[in-house]
Amino acid sequence: MSLGPSFSRRTLLGMASGAAAGALAFSQRARAAGALEVGFLYVGSRDDYGYNQAHAEGAAAVKKMAGVKVLEEERVPETVDVVKSMDSMIELDGASLLFPTSFGYYNPFVLQEAKKYSKVQFRHCGGLWVEKDPKNAGSYFGYIDECQYLSGIVAGHMSKTKKLGFVAAKPIPQVLRNINAFTLGAQLVDPSITTTVIFTGDWSMPVKEAEATNALADQGIDVVTCHVDGPKVTIQTAESRGIYTCGYHVDQAKLAPKGYLTGAEWNWATVYQNFVAEMQAGKPLPNFVRGGLREGIVKTSPYGAMVPAAARAQTDAVKAKLVAGDYVIFKGPVADNTGKQVIPPGTSHGQTDIWLEKMDWLASGVVGKT
Amino acid sequence: MADLGTAGVALALFGGAIRASTPFLFVSLGECLTELSGRINLGLEGTLVAGAMSAYGVSLLSGSPWLGVLAAAGTGALLGALHAGLCSLARVNDIAVGIALMVLGTGLAFFFGKPLIQPRAPMLPALHFCVGCHFAPLRAALDINPLFLIGVALAFLLRWGLANTRPGLVLRTVGDSSDAARAMGYAPRLVRLWATMAGGSLAGIGGAFLSLYYPGSWNEGLSSGQGLIAVALVIFARWRPLACLFASLLFGAAGALGPALQSIGVHQGSYLFYAAPYALTLAIMIATSSRRHTLAGAPGELSVTR
Repeated sequence: MSLGPSFSRRTLLGMASGAAAGALAFSQRARAAGALEVGFLYVGSRDDYGYNQAHAEGAAAVKKMAGVKVLEEERVPETVDVVKSMDSMIELDGASLLFPTSFGYYNPFVLQEAKKYSKVQFRHCGGLWVEKDPKNAGSYFGYIDECQYLSGIVAGHMSKTKKLGFVAAKPIPQVLRNINAFTLGAQLVDPSITTTVIFTGDWSMPVKEAEATNALADQGIDVVTCHVDGPKVTIQTAESRGIYTCGYHVDQAKLAPKGYLTGAEWNWATVYQNFVAEMQAGKPLPNFVRGGLREGIVKTSPYGAMVPAAARAQTDAVKAKLVAGDYVIFKGPVADNTGKQVIPPGTSHGQTDIWLEKMDWLASGVVGKT
Repeated sequence: MADLGTAGVALALFGGAIRASTPFLFVSLGECLTELSGRINLGLEGTLVAGAMSAYGVSLLSGSPWLGVLAAAGTGALLGALHAGLCSLARVNDIAVGIALMVLGTGLAFFFGKPLIQPRAPMLPALHFCVGCHFAPLRAALDINPLFLIGVALAFLLRWGLANTRPGLVLRTVGDSSDAARAMGYAPRLVRLWATMAGGSLAGIGGAFLSLYYPGSWNEGLSSGQGLIAVALVIFARWRPLACLFASLLFGAAGALGPALQSIGVHQGSYLFYAAPYALTLAIMIATSSRRHTLAGAPGELSVTR
């Protein structure tokens, strides 16, 4: 943090031109009171009804904490632009804790900045922090596949055709893990259930997402979920085709009052509030944070009114075990969809197992190819 | 519900041709008009996106999606007038102006569209052509938006109007030789202004279809280059409105191929299927180009053929 009087660009922007002196006094008072400046950087729009909005809701929760000032910047590309944005938050606004939330920011940009500003703390979403990385950097992520597993159970109960659909962006480990968890959850209800996957090729392809949802509906699939940046198009298209949906990232129940069963949501508020509270207490921040339902990093949308009691009961029972921490989703025997055994009987891969973060297969019952 | 299998792919291609072709159709008809007057407006991608945003915004605020379509047409006409105005200045290159307007249109749309991503605006209605059928996939494929029908009618109207009416003749004269047009007492600049404005407003309506019907939502990845493809379609269609219609249907269907094949479990080469529309354009361009003469049917005043 710089010493002496320094202008805050954002504060200045918010003031009438003649009140610069007042702005200066204000920003000094804020510093004197020990306000912690926390910066959030998003790759897309803050209100995308998806990934970035989930983070922005976390930032909003931090805003409510005492003694904290939140800075936000949207649409920051995963290029050297993110370095400029971080520089400006640190140099001009005096931010001492930064959350660059997009996957592509971590290496090299966040690592580079962490070396440059050793007094500033950087925590990144989704990256894999290792021991040799700077100690003032770190990463956090959530086991959202737990919620996809629960969505799968509900979908398994609701599907009449025993065919589920999944609109996915790219075949990367995080996406495959969600597809597999969704399918395994549904197969708890009926082992014959299949999930048809359509990869659209990128995180935001509205026309392809709509076309994919229609193609799934044409094949008699009656529950659809997705893993793309903004699930709005998939959910709306499915609703207009009269089929059920499970949401992703945030609660999309408003978009599909007739068909929204439940959904897998992030709850970044917990993570962000913990980091900020520890920083305020002067404690060292953890470098590697992971967690699921148990830690409160992910949550499920409330059930839609159409979900029957039997489905709720089974889902709630599994959820309770997940929250208690004594349930394993990826437990052998599990075969992939080419017939090869990927998890032998008796082997369990618990959530913290790094093996799961390298997933490159689709479970038996998934119609699709990685 | 019956398992459709491969018949489902055929149905998806048919449905996709109708659902996804409308933006291509409107943008290419608009660009066809503009290019026939002797100008290229590459900015229609920006116009499409700006049209989509303004349509969504106006529909949301007014509650009437058709007012949104009107607003999109207005936005398109404004951007078209800007293009025509800049290009009428001496030594201004229409292609460069078009690229600048493409960036301007998308930038403005993203800026003003920020608060529009979440709210749900009233959508354009579909006409149900299969009221009695109980077969859901066919019923869905035959839910047709009036804008598509208007676009088809417009293609025929333009085909007839360009060949048989006085304004059509004036437009083609200006496009083929501004000297001849001037000798006949017509002002090429004015004709091009009208043609570019009309082209822009059609592209804006194409955008309204995207945000208000299919996929029916405003976000920043909505167009993903459809406006640019549609401009290329015009050359592929040899400046003939009916060929624009055919080309748009083909591109709509080609876009539906990838998801439809994956839905029946054909996953080999899905990325190649996604590239199908683009590969198709390239192939046709190569097949129809000739080193001996300029493109058949190209207006003589176009900066690329002059």
